Amino acid sequence: MQSIIEFLRPHALPLLYAVLIVAVLPLLAGYVVLLERKVMADMQARLGPMRVGPHGLLQPIADALKLLLKEDIIPERADKWIFWMAPLISVTAGLLAFAALPFGPGFLIADLNIGLLFIVAISSMGIFGIVLGGWASNSHYSLMGALRSAAQLVSYEVAGGMALVAGVLLAGTLSTREMVDAQAAQGVWFIFLCPVAFFIYLVASVAETNRAPFDMPEAESELVAGYMTEFSGFRWSLYFLAEYANMIVVAGIATTLFLGGGARPFGGVSWLRPLDFFPPLFFVGVAGFCFYRAPKQPVLVQKLVMAAFGGLFLLLALPLGVAATILPAWKAAVHGGFWFVAKVMLYIYVFLWIRFTFPRYRFDQLMHLGWFFLIPLSIVNVMSLGIGLVLHRQAGWSLPVALGLSTLATLVVALYLAHVGEQRAGISDTEVESEA
Amino acid sequence: MMDQILFYFFGGLAVLSAVLVVTSRSAIYSAIFLITTLLATAGLYLTLRAEFLFAVQIILYVGGIMVLFAFVIMLVNLDVALHQAQFNRQRWVATLLGLVLGAQLLLAFLLGHRDGANRDLLNLPSVAVTQLEPNTQLIGDVLFNKYVIPFEIASILLLVALVGAVVMGKKRI
Repeated sequence: MQSIIEFLRPHALPLLYAVLIVAVLPLLAGYVVLLERKVMADMQARLGPMRVGPHGLLQPIADALKLLLKEDIIPERADKWIFWMAPLISVTAGLLAFAALPFGPGFLIADLNIGLLFIVAISSMGIFGIVLGGWASNSHYSLMGALRSAAQLVSYEVAGGMALVAGVLLAGTLSTREMVDAQAAQGVWFIFLCPVAFFIYLVASVAETNRAPFDMPEAESELVAGYMTEFSGFRWSLYFLAEYANMIVVAGIATTLFLGGGARPFGGVSWLRPLDFFPPLFFVGVAGFCFYRAPKQPVLVQKLVMAAFGGLFLLLALPLGVAATILPAWKAAVHGGFWFVAKVMLYIYVFLWIRFTFPRYRFDQLMHLGWFFLIPLSIVNVMSLGIGLVLHRQAGWSLPVALGLSTLATLVVALYLAHVGEQRAGISDTEVESEA
Repeated sequence: MMDQILFYFFGGLAVLSAVLVVTSRSAIYSAIFLITTLLATAGLYLTLRAEFLFAVQIILYVGGIMVLFAFVIMLVNLDVALHQAQFNRQRWVATLLGLVLGAQLLLAFLLGHRDGANRDLLNLPSVAVTQLEPNTQLIGDVLFNKYVIPFEIASILLLVALVGAVVMGKKRI
């Protein structure tokens, strides 16, 4: 007993963070869904959810209640054990990956020596939830969705992994905390040093999280809902939570490796120091908007809820403001969290933007894009980046010139690959026509 | 103490699920137990502070190879496979051989520490926390300095296998 307590003592703070993340994440996922619906509505010139709470602000809570109260159906001839287990695998993998994400200096559950590899490894296990769930449902739609998902994830993991290797080459470490430090030390986000790698990771991460335009595993028009077809109620919501957790994880990886993590933009520029006051002022502004809109709500309850949200934002502004002015020792920790979440949200916004802009790919097109374009490009990118780094470190070229040249070379290869891919697509289309 | 608990937990899990891999009737259950075995082995690596090996084990075996296994198993008609006779005649021989192997290992463990003091199964020697700290760097250093030629030969072998697989898989390249 004593030894267990001794073992747990240094882990008290990480445990607290873990509980915090597991508790807050479902709520966050719910609000990301609301954000998604609002952004979609905005892009389609609609209003989106407006009924539950002012501007639909309580919609996620209503949705969560509905999902918890729905009937839980297990198909007659399903494999009960695996059916029961599959959503748990997905959600466990999704949540476990948060262990190594650095939300800010100090706000990190586990500063692992292999942080990035850990996240990639754990989130690559989430696919078993999809594959086994689809198989256990004993339904053709589910099985098709599961198979597509397995093929897609295995393909795009290669390209995404190679893109991450490019970032790791620049950082020189696998620890997520040291990656953020490396970017702060070099005074530049790695997105500017290897834009091609960031682009590849963006595409691969959209495919890995099964989001449109790569949402073949759950394409409504072909497969009803893919691997989730037979799932209902709470089990379905676990899959849902896993999908959004995965989105936040890939956004977190991209933020950590390419977007400077929890560091403030222009952290090294002295005359931009006033930017430190942006986070509290941002929340004060949002709170002010809430208070301004509160009297205009139609019902008294909605007025109160809107005012309550305003109060909540003011409450959030308080620690940020205190950290910026009175307690500079806390500034890095508190503001790190703000900037990290802001960058993650920006990345997720790009996800949504892509989803509502591009039509869904066909499955063979998806595989072509993965194997004939992204994977060769990511390999070439790693090679040319390596050459660029050697030119910088051994031959003494300046970093922008060396890496600019390597990026240029990669882009030439990308153009060539796109050209070849077009020809290949032309060939396969004529083949299809002649067969028809 | 915690090291012992973790070691016996992961070790027991690995052995138990390895037994279940060969005794399950359904191929998909075998695959799931194989995943559990691989994960438990990864856990054992972690108790030895071999973090890099832990991550690579999960990425390659669990996230890569086992996904392909599951992919293939799903395409097989499992209902037919369930009614077919398994290779059960070897069961007793296999059990016997397994026990003999286990006894050998136990003997080797008990005799191996004759000069040292430690022969207590509940008090195994553990790796110091700081002993293998920059694990990834060490592996990279050894692979690309000391063993660079075997490493490159293995890479070329894999490349040949890859090209061969593509040639076999596609009629027109």
